[in-house]
Amino acid sequence: MKFDETTPGVALDGLRPAPAQQWGGVRLIPLLRDQVHGDLRLCERKNTAHIVDVGNGTAYCSFMPHAFILDWNAEGQALAAHGAQLRTKDSRTPPRQTTVLHRMAKREDRNTLRFVPLHLAMEGYLSLHFGGPDVAWTEYSREALSRGLSPRSERSVPGLWLAGLADALRVFEIHEGQVGVLVFVADALASAFVVPHPEDYRALHRSLLADFYGELLFQYGLLHDAVQSIDLRIDGARVHDLADLRAAVQAGRDEWHAHTALLTTGLLERSTHWQTVHRAGPFRLRRFIGELQPDRESHIGEAIVRADGTLEYLKTYRLSAAQIRRAYLLQHLAAHEWHLARTAEALGDTYEGLLVRLRNAGFGHLLKPHILRDLR
Amino acid sequence: MTMPSATGPATGPATGPATGPATGPVPSDSAVQVARVAAAAARVAHEDLVIFLNACFACTGQREFYSDGHQQTVSIAFLHDYIRGNYRRLYARALAAGINHFNQGRIVLELLSHSRELTAEDRREEGQLCRAALNSLPPQRAYRVLLGLRERGVNNRRCRAIVREFLAQRDLNFDALKYRSKLHGLVRHAHPHLPGELGPFLARGWHARRYTTPLLEQFRRAHFSADAIYGLPFTVAEGLAARHGIDRARFLRRIEPRLTAGERLRLQSAGSRAGADINLDLARAPLTRLALYILGLPAEQRLARAAELDAALTHSARRCLGIAPLRLGRVAAVLDRSYSAAGSREKPRRPLAVALGIDRLLAAAAEQYLPVWTGFAATDATQLTARGQTDLATPILDALDWRPDLLIIVSDGFDNDPPRGGGEVCRVFRERLDPQRRTTIVHVNPVFDAPHLGPRPLDPSVPTIGLRDAEDLPTVLAFARFADGGLSLTDLEDYLQARADAFITRHAGPEPSA
Repeated sequence: MKFDETTPGVALDGLRPAPAQQWGGVRLIPLLRDQVHGDLRLCERKNTAHIVDVGNGTAYCSFMPHAFILDWNAEGQALAAHGAQLRTKDSRTPPRQTTVLHRMAKREDRNTLRFVPLHLAMEGYLSLHFGGPDVAWTEYSREALSRGLSPRSERSVPGLWLAGLADALRVFEIHEGQVGVLVFVADALASAFVVPHPEDYRALHRSLLADFYGELLFQYGLLHDAVQSIDLRIDGARVHDLADLRAAVQAGRDEWHAHTALLTTGLLERSTHWQTVHRAGPFRLRRFIGELQPDRESHIGEAIVRADGTLEYLKTYRLSAAQIRRAYLLQHLAAHEWHLARTAEALGDTYEGLLVRLRNAGFGHLLKPHILRDLR
Repeated sequence: MTMPSATGPATGPATGPATGPATGPVPSDSAVQVARVAAAAARVAHEDLVIFLNACFACTGQREFYSDGHQQTVSIAFLHDYIRGNYRRLYARALAAGINHFNQGRIVLELLSHSRELTAEDRREEGQLCRAALNSLPPQRAYRVLLGLRERGVNNRRCRAIVREFLAQRDLNFDALKYRSKLHGLVRHAHPHLPGELGPFLARGWHARRYTTPLLEQFRRAHFSADAIYGLPFTVAEGLAARHGIDRARFLRRIEPRLTAGERLRLQSAGSRAGADINLDLARAPLTRLALYILGLPAEQRLARAAELDAALTHSARRCLGIAPLRLGRVAAVLDRSYSAAGSREKPRRPLAVALGIDRLLAAAAEQYLPVWTGFAATDATQLTARGQTDLATPILDALDWRPDLLIIVSDGFDNDPPRGGGEVCRVFRERLDPQRRTTIVHVNPVFDAPHLGPRPLDPSVPTIGLRDAEDLPTVLAFARFADGGLSLTDLEDYLQARADAFITRHAGPEPSA
């Protein structure tokens, strides 16, 4: 994965947060768009494919409940979402066949792009240093040298498993002009979801359940069954007439920007690396990966950005601690040409310590067995 | 030894050590203690009863938007148990407080299944109240309440007398057709004496013999002759029509004169689908049912018939005020039409329908009236949909700007843009801008929130009262004084006593023979 840009965070340009609605342990912050262009629409297609051919002979296997279809129009004319669309390319359907999607993002028509939400970002994360060691140091197994990290896999949980998310989405009251939502489980940012048009959002609101989330959020959902509501507080002493009262309510509303900024520091203010996947008209489909520090939260995701910087589409996934650790180790190994001693030194650890960390992170198969045998 | 001071906070029932009053050297101190405990007990009793009555106005044990049916059942069952155990007499009188049918039935059932250690006087009053309640309930509900006795295995002399007196009020030949299984179950449980041919009819069925009672004979003949079914009640005829294979449109056209008002309203869309027009005077339908019917129509029909529907609503509201008069001065209403007003699958669109009904009722009852709906677009009332977030703060401020005498807020109490905005505005307004209470604010809540054991309040400074039908607004507004905390337990007892007496006289029916 080659990055073409690094920003100090994901900027929610053109979006305005509204007061949160919480239910049980889940807090949902609506994101409103004041200026809707209407020339870009997103709709859902129920997908049955499990395997994606990502090019260069690599396959990405996962359960993918749906894909998003992006429609744009050069004349600025609104296109209605038709709900689920199903178009198969091959007419012959032999028994026991698995559909293979070609590419994560593929242009299907002159003005239509199909992509698999979140898997685009996840594939980017999984392919980090996918090639394995560049230099054949003696510690690495033959397997690692010849096949790299393949097969590389990660686990996540579906939204349906997050305690309370289904109910929270059911009772959520969608605002007029709402195009997105920030999902928090026990006040940990689980996901951000933004679409181009309010009607698309109404149609795709429930699709948050079909997305996948890190296991950390699954545990948080089980452990915390309620979060505090952030209520409006008015200082009565400063109110002398109804106009003051109205101003005080407005001031409370404005505070929401501060609340939201506080809750989303991990996404909005950590340095983020971007890669452009597809260009279409004035839009760029990009995926990103946040800064990888073991003691901090980190998000991966994908976004569609208009030429003027407006965020048209966003979907993020919060990496769990173990996932951050794995990527962190790989990053440091790659930075030191996969030399174990030098990497250990850079990490402030001993040689044996690094071996233990690699083994515990699930990368034991990269090393020769006799090296790991003597470790505690 | 120093005694706990009598000037302590008046809110705690017993502030001193437990041995204080018993060993106190000064008798006046212990008298003060006793008085304080009594006052605290009265306050607790008052609060308990207000919570209970509020729950009884709103809760029907059905699923709501936010809480599921099971939570509702557990919550309301606890309230009934608690109040019956602690305030039995007031519990019985609550039957007359204008509470909804579900809770009336539940109270009758609870009273009849727990009757040990009652004085003769209480027994008599309870009996009268139960009889009046059973007479006032719709028959299918009254039957179901009495069948509850069978489920609970309660069968004593008192219950049998109540059943006998209830059946004496009814046209049993008709009930034997329309509520056949219910009447049969009740007869098998309580063994009342049945007049005429009803015994053999219920026990052996319609095919046992020819009957001399016209209605029973009609039912028997309807099994053989398709023409005979049109003399039967609709629900009975419907099954037989299917058995005779009668075309739906033809059946609806011919059974039309036999339809009740409720059935006419319910069958409107079925009738138009089948191509049989069912005559209905919309204006005669009960207000909330009419509002539910209108909100359930497809958008294009509502648009096409807007004038007719609007007139029907207004007329229905006027008729409703004729039954329960309400005169108000300068009134503003804040009406919630957020997405949560969509209700649940069991109560679809009910909160929205109640808001619409109250809107029309106030328009007819007030001299000056200002309705403010939540949300952006100000559309015509008949085009309402439940959509969007709940922003109560802005419409409440708009309404207060108009300086009303009475502000009625109709909402489920879940306020999320900003959260608790409505409650805070009411609190600050009451504390800072209107401490003399020139404007009365009442929060009317059509939704029972199970975890709170009652309708969800906006703020303690605003009385919250539950409501199931918009028609009950005059009753619950009268009750709002108690929810406000301004009146004492004695006042509440007097109020309930007066209502109970009126209720018994209204629904007494003929004097029982025994």
